Amino acid sequence: MLKIDNLHVRLEEEDKVILRGVDLDVPAGSVHAIMGPNGSGKSTLAYVLSGRDGYEVTHGGVALEGQDLLELEPEERAAAGLFLAFQYPVEIPGVGNMTFLRTALNAQRKACGDEEVSAADFLKLIRSRAKSLRIDPDMLKRPVNVGFSGGEKKRNEILQMAVLEPKMCVLDETDSGLDVDAMRLVADGVNALRDEGRAFLVITHYQRLLNHIEPDVVHIMADGRIVKTGGPDLALEVETNGYADILQEVA
Amino acid sequence: MGLPARGKEDAEARIAHLEMPAGQAGWARLAHAQALTRFLKMGLPGRRDEYWRFTRPDDLNAPQAPPAAVADFKEAPVFGEIDRLRIVFRDGVFDPEASDDLACEGLEIERLQSAAAHDIHWLKDVYGVLEARGQEPVARPFAALNTAFATDGIVIRATESVSRPVNLIYLHENPDSDAILHFAIKVESGADLTVLENGPAAARFNKCMEVEVADGGAFHHVRAQGRDHERRAVTHMFARLGKDSAFKSFTLTANGVLTRNEAFIELAGDNAVAHIAGAAVGDGDFHHDDTVFVVHDAVGCESRQVFKKVLRNGAVGAFQGKILVKEGAQKTDGYQISQSLLLDEDAQFLAKPELEIYADDVACSHGSTSGAIDEDALFYLQSRGLPRPEAQDLLVLAFLAEAIEEIEREDIAEDILGRLKGWLQRHRR
Repeated sequence: MLKIDNLHVRLEEEDKVILRGVDLDVPAGSVHAIMGPNGSGKSTLAYVLSGRDGYEVTHGGVALEGQDLLELEPEERAAAGLFLAFQYPVEIPGVGNMTFLRTALNAQRKACGDEEVSAADFLKLIRSRAKSLRIDPDMLKRPVNVGFSGGEKKRNEILQMAVLEPKMCVLDETDSGLDVDAMRLVADGVNALRDEGRAFLVITHYQRLLNHIEPDVVHIMADGRIVKTGGPDLALEVETNGYADILQEVA
Repeated sequence: MGLPARGKEDAEARIAHLEMPAGQAGWARLAHAQALTRFLKMGLPGRRDEYWRFTRPDDLNAPQAPPAAVADFKEAPVFGEIDRLRIVFRDGVFDPEASDDLACEGLEIERLQSAAAHDIHWLKDVYGVLEARGQEPVARPFAALNTAFATDGIVIRATESVSRPVNLIYLHENPDSDAILHFAIKVESGADLTVLENGPAAARFNKCMEVEVADGGAFHHVRAQGRDHERRAVTHMFARLGKDSAFKSFTLTANGVLTRNEAFIELAGDNAVAHIAGAAVGDGDFHHDDTVFVVHDAVGCESRQVFKKVLRNGAVGAFQGKILVKEGAQKTDGYQISQSLLLDEDAQFLAKPELEIYADDVACSHGSTSGAIDEDALFYLQSRGLPRPEAQDLLVLAFLAEAIEEIEREDIAEDILGRLKGWLQRHRR
């Protein structure tokens, strides 16, 4: 599904190299987790995948189902099936959550040559998705993320994912700022979307989230590279011993 | 205090080719003469005038109207789907053929000239009266000029609650036209009237509207100024509100090299409510000025001023808004917000919010901001699949929403929103 090949990235403004050769292959139907200490480049990877300004790819490439992702605008990446659940979802005053989701869904359908979803069908869709994430209908009417609690924001990200049904989901520290119950709710939402044709890249600091979203493969990232790859046990090792041991081992 | 000789000459040159209407009743002749005296005493505005620092009055001061190309547009005019009573003016002249029958239950509609020919008419207490009240403490010379020399207009008296709006439709066909229209409106106790305005009126347009709302009456006003890029317009709205009455006005402005919309709203009866709002979008050679003065002179009144401007590519927006709370106007609730969204670094927004309060039990707030589009929000929308231009339009409409929400009737608000969307699409980069 997602293939990252020797990706080097630097920050445009600070002339600072963040990623120094990331290789990653996430096949359809799998869940990969990336763990790593602060500043290892995890979030940069998420932003580069989604096409945020300010990053320059100096070497390497990214392909989504064989398509060169780096050539596409952010909205084209979304239409191609990429979704980034933001670490810090953005508040957009004045734009209703429902309007936003419907506009987004229809924009993606249009880009793929599909017909737009009618208002009635959309309402049905969003109500059923919101219900399983225990999202208050009132939250759908409010402006996007404005006045939402940390947990509500993250649930709203998962709701968007459930409505847009992307092929490749990147979750950037979706667990940050969540209490145990909220984390379980978010994890349940993600698990409900696990599917043969869909892949997940879960970026997190802590092993906690991976108790609820069980990964197939765990990568450890440090200093802009994947330094170690293993099974779910690797996450447990981090939880018990911290990153220091692993980093020493690979150094 | 007289004008210096130079100012007097300029003022006289400005009106040299204008004529006062003939065949009018004594009170109307007096109203015209008094307005002329007011105008000559004030003279033309200059850059040194406190309230003309943001806007160059030169094109409005010139004796002849600067020519303006007749706009060529394809879309159907706004309000076309709304059941309304149409009153058409062609380059500032009433066109009875193109207008609907002026007879409407609950309304008395008359052409200004014929109303002013009657010795006894309600118009006597409104025409030039509200305008004159609005000359203190800030002079509005173009309004006095209008009262003195208005070439045409309509007067409306609403005696009931009328759901069908009256639509003043302006047509511009002569590239040199210099139109002066005056409207006087009286909303009687318990009556409710909606007035819509749209269309390019003339190469240069001076419009004055006086609205007297009696106790418990309601007046709604929605105006669309657009299409004509070379428009030069100065408009005035004077309103006096009685006890428990309501006044709501919204203006959409797009394009126009010079538009100055002034409003003077007097809350004269207890518990009156006045909302005045504007959404303006400008791209390129665009100058738009909202100058608003709200006077609280009674107890328990509420006023809201909501003005939003989206500017790019050299466009200039100006806002001068004042809330004056007079002594004894306790329990006043005054609100004023003026904001601009600058889509590039060439756009300019000038704002002067003012509060002047002489009562001690009031709640007044005001704010003015100027900012760029939120890049984080833009990226967020893009990452969900919205192409950048659509994402930007969505954010622009969100910015304007607070002003558009001041339109009470949903069908009218939808119509205005549709116009804005069309404009934004045509002006995408």
